[in-house]
Order: sequence, then C-alpha cells, then structure tokens
Amino acid sequence: MMIAEIFNFGFVQRALITGSLIAVACSILGVFLVLRRLSLIGDGLAHVTFGSVAAVILIGFSPLYAALAALPLVMLSSLAILQLTRSRRIHGDAAIGIVSSVGIALGVIMASLSGGYNADLLSYLFGNILTATQTELVLSLIIFFMVILFVVSLYPDLFAVTFDEEMAKSMGVKTNRVNIILLLLTAAAVVSAMKIAGIMLVSALLILPPVTALQLSLSFKKTIIASVFFSLLSVISGMIFSFAFNLPTGGTIVIFNAVFLLMVLLAKRILRTQR
Amino acid sequence: MSVNLVRVENLTFSYNSTPAVSGISFNLNKGDYLGIVGPNGSGKSTLVKNILGILPLQSGSIHLFGQPQHKFRRWDKIGYLPQKLSALNTHFPGSVGEILEMGLRKKNAGEKRQVLELMGISHLSSRLIGELSYGEQQRVMLARALIGRPELIIFDEPTTALDPETRDIFYSLSENLNRTHGTTVILVTHDIGIIGEYARHLLYLDKKVLFTGTFEEFCKSREMTGFFGEGSQHIICHQHDGTEKTK
Repeated sequence: MMIAEIFNFGFVQRALITGSLIAVACSILGVFLVLRRLSLIGDGLAHVTFGSVAAVILIGFSPLYAALAALPLVMLSSLAILQLTRSRRIHGDAAIGIVSSVGIALGVIMASLSGGYNADLLSYLFGNILTATQTELVLSLIIFFMVILFVVSLYPDLFAVTFDEEMAKSMGVKTNRVNIILLLLTAAAVVSAMKIAGIMLVSALLILPPVTALQLSLSFKKTIIASVFFSLLSVISGMIFSFAFNLPTGGTIVIFNAVFLLMVLLAKRILRTQR
Repeated sequence: MSVNLVRVENLTFSYNSTPAVSGISFNLNKGDYLGIVGPNGSGKSTLVKNILGILPLQSGSIHLFGQPQHKFRRWDKIGYLPQKLSALNTHFPGSVGEILEMGLRKKNAGEKRQVLELMGISHLSSRLIGELSYGEQQRVMLARALIGRPELIIFDEPTTALDPETRDIFYSLSENLNRTHGTTVILVTHDIGIIGEYARHLLYLDKKVLFTGTFEEFCKSREMTGFFGEGSQHIICHQHDGTEKTK
C-alpha cells in the first residue's frame, strides 16, 4: 500500500487533523511557557492528567470521554501550581514537582483500586493518535480556536507579561488574568495532547518546537510562527514515518522534533564557524 | 494651583513580616522632579513598586492623579524604567520595534519613530533586544517609557552599570523632559551627589523618610550632618562643581 493511500482512511485523516490542531496549540503556548521558564508545567500537568483519567475511569466514566471528564481536575491543578508559586516561599519548579507527584501518586492508587492498568489507561500513558475519537477531534478543535483567540486578543499583554511581569503590571496589564488563562489553556492542551504523545512525552510538544524556533534568533511573532512550523512538520513527518516503518506514532513525532532541533543547532554551528 | 500626581500616606510594606518601608508619606506635584535616595536595602524600589501597583498595598494609601490607586486606570500616563529586567539576560526574541509596542492596544508608528530618534537608536529598530549592549538596552527601555507621552516618568536606578558618558546623557535627558516638556519625574538612585544636581526635591529613605526638601536644604540640614557626618555631607554636596547647587 502506498503511503498516500493510507490517508484515504477516515481514522488516519482524523488522527492527522487532531494531531495538527493539538501540535499548533501546544507550540504556540510553549513559546510563552519556555520563555517564562515554565516548560516543565506540561510534564507536571500530564502526571496530574494520569491521576485524573484513572479517577474518572474508576468512577465509571466511559473511556471515550475520560479526557473530557479529567479536564476540570487538570485545570484546577494548573491553578494550584499558580497559587503555590505566588506564595513566594515555593519556586515554580518546586510547585510543578509537588502537583506532579501528587497527580501520579493518585493515578497509581486509582489504577490499583480499579484492578490494575487496563488498556484504556495504558493508551493515555503512551498515547495512540490513531485511536482519536470524534469527541477528541472536537475537543482539540475547540482548544485550538481558544488558543488562537487568546493569543490574538491578548497579544500585547501576553508579550509584556512574557518580557517582564513587573513591567507589565506597571503598564496596567492584568497579569493575573493573563497567567490564569495561559495555565488553563495549557492544561486543556496537555489533556488533548496526551492522545498524540502520551503522558510520558506530552511535555516534548510544549518544549521542543519553541526551543527549536528560539535558536533562529527571530522576532517574537516570527518565533511563534517558526514554532508552529516545526511542530506541524514533526507531526506530519512523524505520522508518515511511523506508518511506513510500523513505529509508535507519539515517540516518532517526538524524535522528529528532536531531530529538527539538532539540525538547527548544527546549522547554527556551521554558520558560526564560516564567519 | 499645584496638582497632586502622587500622594502617598503612611505607607508601610513588609516582606514576610520584615519591614521594608514604614510610615512613608509625601506628595508629588505636577512638573516636579523628585529624587528618591538612600542606601541599598533602604526600601526605594519597594516604594516605587507600591506606587506602580507591582506590589500590593498592605498599609497606608496611595493616590495617583487624584484617584485612589485601586481605581486608577490610566497607566499610560505613567512611564516606568525598572532597575533590571529578567528577560534581557535570556536572549529574549523581541525586536526593538516589538518592545516599543509592548502592552499597547493602539500602535502609533509616527510616535515610535520619534522616540527612537530622540534616544538616538533609530538604526536599532529591527534588532533583537537581547543582542544589544546594556547601554543600548537601557535606551530602548527609556524609549518605551516615553511612548504615549506619559505625564509622570519613574526611573528606578536607571544608570546602574552605565558608563559615565551615557549616564550623563541620561540625566540630561531626564532634566530636559522635566524642564522643557513639563514631564513629572521620580528618579530612584543611591547617588545623592549626582541626583542633587538635577532633582528639585529629594526624599532620603532608610526604611522611613529621614529627609525631605531641596538639595540645598539637604546640604544645610543639621539632621543630615548628624546622619552622614560633616565630612561625608561636604563631599556629597561639593563633589561635582565645588559649590552647593542652588535651585
């Protein structure tokens, strides 16, 4: 079967659209998170999602709607991280670590109570974009539009808060509102991204494309565009490559992201030595 | 009749129950140039951050342009040049042009060009802020503070780490803004000798207000003589031109 023919299948088309929407959302949010040294929030929230998914499956939600049901819990956790960092006695990385460990601990307990790690829970651990449901496609579409709306409508404020939060406050920017929306959207993006990369790799979608884009020394807007470009390229190449060689899609997408970063770093080094 | 732009009454602020400033009160009138001076850790930046709403009000009151701070919305009337910026050390991917538009809902290309020309950095407009020298970065940040023609500009230790030549240019510019354009200025520094040349009024802080008045009054103040010692006070007051500056 030719690679192009694979894209005739409905489930592959759904996977590609869902993956691309999530990749764009994550790569845009990632630029703000990486620059504010909150990159690991994706990892922390993914662990919380594991706990939340395990909890909603235990309660009896259909695995089809597990991600949707877990969303409020993950959003609350993102606000808990924000609240902990505000206490001034707990740094951001420690706050993420605390919420992350509590999430994974709850997940382990919930999974044990529900009789062990069933197939649905494992699909969240390692991700499987090919099983993306219509509900997950709609969820990713909503999150995609919310991220675009957030960035377009609050761009001057977001830029200022990312540049320097105190300076943004002095300009009258409602930094608290910007931070809350940013973290809530990140929580939503993480929940939906689990289907592509799985809990183990979800933070890669938030970190790698922005870090690659940042190496190009572009303006802020161009950095966001470059981050989206690398993310989309990784998702599409990763999916095609994983079909062709029968590899796990999530892992392949992340490896493609890492390869693009290495290529950019290498190109920079070559250009520097030529000067 | 003088118009109060800033009114601070009995301001007290503590970090984790350690007092940073205590019982601070002063008024700043339109067109004034106030130098806030004091040693490191005296609460100068804390006071400024309270005025700007960066730190929450704990005790006392602050009025800006006649309104209680919590009701004040016209932050575009206030320009701010902070002591240091977290983003500048991290190769932040923002061009000078983007920095100037930061936080603005309405963009004005003409005004952006004007402030870039005023600061002598028109040639840097498409460069990334992280690629510039510290002096150039400070000029960019000053240009940002001037966007929107604010009626009040607050500088928090703006000349730290600047070479003497750039520092003098900076002080002259702040004086020009105040005298020619009528911009009200608050300048925070620990260098009382230099600011004394430019500021109309001084506020000497060491967690509380130890002195308020003109530089001339500072130089004649017996309380300040007692605080600094006669020798030190003489050096501060005569370090530049050998004469006490009379305003």
